[in-house]
Amino acid sequence: MSNQFMSTKTVNSKAKSQMQGEHAAAIAELGWFGAHKYLLLRRAVQLGLLGLFALGPLLGVWLFKGNLSASLLLDTIPFADPLVSLQMLASGHIPELNLLIGAALVILFYALAGGRVFCSWVCPVNLVTDTASWLRRKLNLPRTSELPRNLRYYLLALVLLLPLLTGNLIWEWVNPVPLVYRAVLFGSLSGLWILAAIFLLDLFIAERAWCGHLCPTGALFGLIGKWSPIKIVASKASVCDNCMDCFAVCPERQVLKPALKGPNPVISNPDCTQCGRCIDVCAQRVFRYQTRFTATQAQLSTSDSTDCQSPSTTSPIRQHIAPKAEKDQ
Amino acid sequence: MSQQVKRPFTVKQVNRRQFLATTAKAGCVMGLVGLGLTATAKSQGQLAPQACRPPGALEESDFLSACVRCGLCVEACPYDTLSLARWFDGAATGTPFFTARRIPCEMCEDIPCIKACPSGALDPQLEQISDAKMGVAVLIDEKNCLNFKGLRCDVCYRVCPLIDNAITLERQRNQHSDHHAMFLPTVNSDTCTGCGKCEHACVLDTAAIKVLPTALALGKAAAHDTYINTEETTLEMLNKGLML
Repeated sequence: MSNQFMSTKTVNSKAKSQMQGEHAAAIAELGWFGAHKYLLLRRAVQLGLLGLFALGPLLGVWLFKGNLSASLLLDTIPFADPLVSLQMLASGHIPELNLLIGAALVILFYALAGGRVFCSWVCPVNLVTDTASWLRRKLNLPRTSELPRNLRYYLLALVLLLPLLTGNLIWEWVNPVPLVYRAVLFGSLSGLWILAAIFLLDLFIAERAWCGHLCPTGALFGLIGKWSPIKIVASKASVCDNCMDCFAVCPERQVLKPALKGPNPVISNPDCTQCGRCIDVCAQRVFRYQTRFTATQAQLSTSDSTDCQSPSTTSPIRQHIAPKAEKDQ
Repeated sequence: MSQQVKRPFTVKQVNRRQFLATTAKAGCVMGLVGLGLTATAKSQGQLAPQACRPPGALEESDFLSACVRCGLCVEACPYDTLSLARWFDGAATGTPFFTARRIPCEMCEDIPCIKACPSGALDPQLEQISDAKMGVAVLIDEKNCLNFKGLRCDVCYRVCPLIDNAITLERQRNQHSDHHAMFLPTVNSDTCTGCGKCEHACVLDTAAIKVLPTALALGKAAAHDTYINTEETTLEMLNKGLML
């Protein structure tokens, strides 16, 4: 990074200098495993589910049949991807009852567990974009200009409009979400160039471009889980020392500030993928998984006693980071 | 409670002009993306002549609106006949198809692929596999077919699951020797299911008999054609102007 760049973007460089020892404080405080707990759990769930699906075609042990678009658990319980089901309905085809039940089950699960839990705990594209984001931080690549975060809703509308106009599930030609499953379960590797394109897009052109700005599947799951009871809660926002480690790793960093600095500690923004990375990297243990109901009450009672909630304009986070974070929204 | 009144951080307000401008911009971008995607899908979406759909598949345009590309039919197929299409496979990406020359459909009586299909892209109303219409076999190269040379290859006839029905051997005088017979494999397009066993079994390096999509293989009589049931139509009926 050139000196000229440093001088014009002091905000950036300060944030970056903290990133270099990436959540070192959390590792020192909680140990390496403690500071990677949810990351490891997520990877285990992501790869474990893929493994459960792969048991059938690779070893002949049939637990799950199908893939993420539609599947059958133990030959009885159907699951179906809500986005592909909606596209099909938009194209005018009435499916078998099983598919509708499957879609309803999936919607119900994510409505309770948190919609974008799919993105961070199940979707294999998350592995690709998290790697790109991790590399960005390792290589100290400068912040890129932000795409509008709501582009994904426009794309979602487009994805549902195209089958209505053409009678054809156009999005499924390029949808990156089923690609990894298709490659592992059915040996069709040729679509993987789309994942490579997403990786390069996220790495060099715009950070978190796919999962954080564009993906219509994520947009739909966000809407599904908007009112989910389980949320990430900044239950100890009062002890936040503004180290910005959570901002560095959060895939949707616009969701953090309202919970940390606002009156309600619940991250209620549906963009939050509930990946739990903020919990991992926080040495102060500010964040927790909680139900939104218990959280609000606990926070209200503590915030009465301590005044740490009211943000002073002289706090470092307001001076350096907040203007940038505000722009992110 | 005073906490809530304070508004400790500001939410960025969007005015109407900004909203309209952003919407218009995003709308244009999405329009272009949509056009690009549609063009790609349409150009990729033509089913290649050698790609056959599983039994019971809806008509191609309906099939493309119904199939969710889950691969349940592929996993249900006991003979590994079906596979999910990759890019440039000649079928829409992720949709099931088979290539008869590689692995034909074995026409399972219980049709497991249809049972597995959650979307109805494979029509569950098809109960008899012999009613399936995956295409129509056409003896497309009479010049190289061994039976047309007067030999008794007969392989396509022998492997046909509907032997003596979907493929028959029609006896004809051999013009070359003048005292031998030729047994010409002849496909009955009404009963042929398009399973592709004949194409798969053809002993030539490139099959002389091929399964073609029904739309390619068959002609269609004009709507005003009264000669459809020629055998039952009498001159009298025609003279009376009786439409069939």
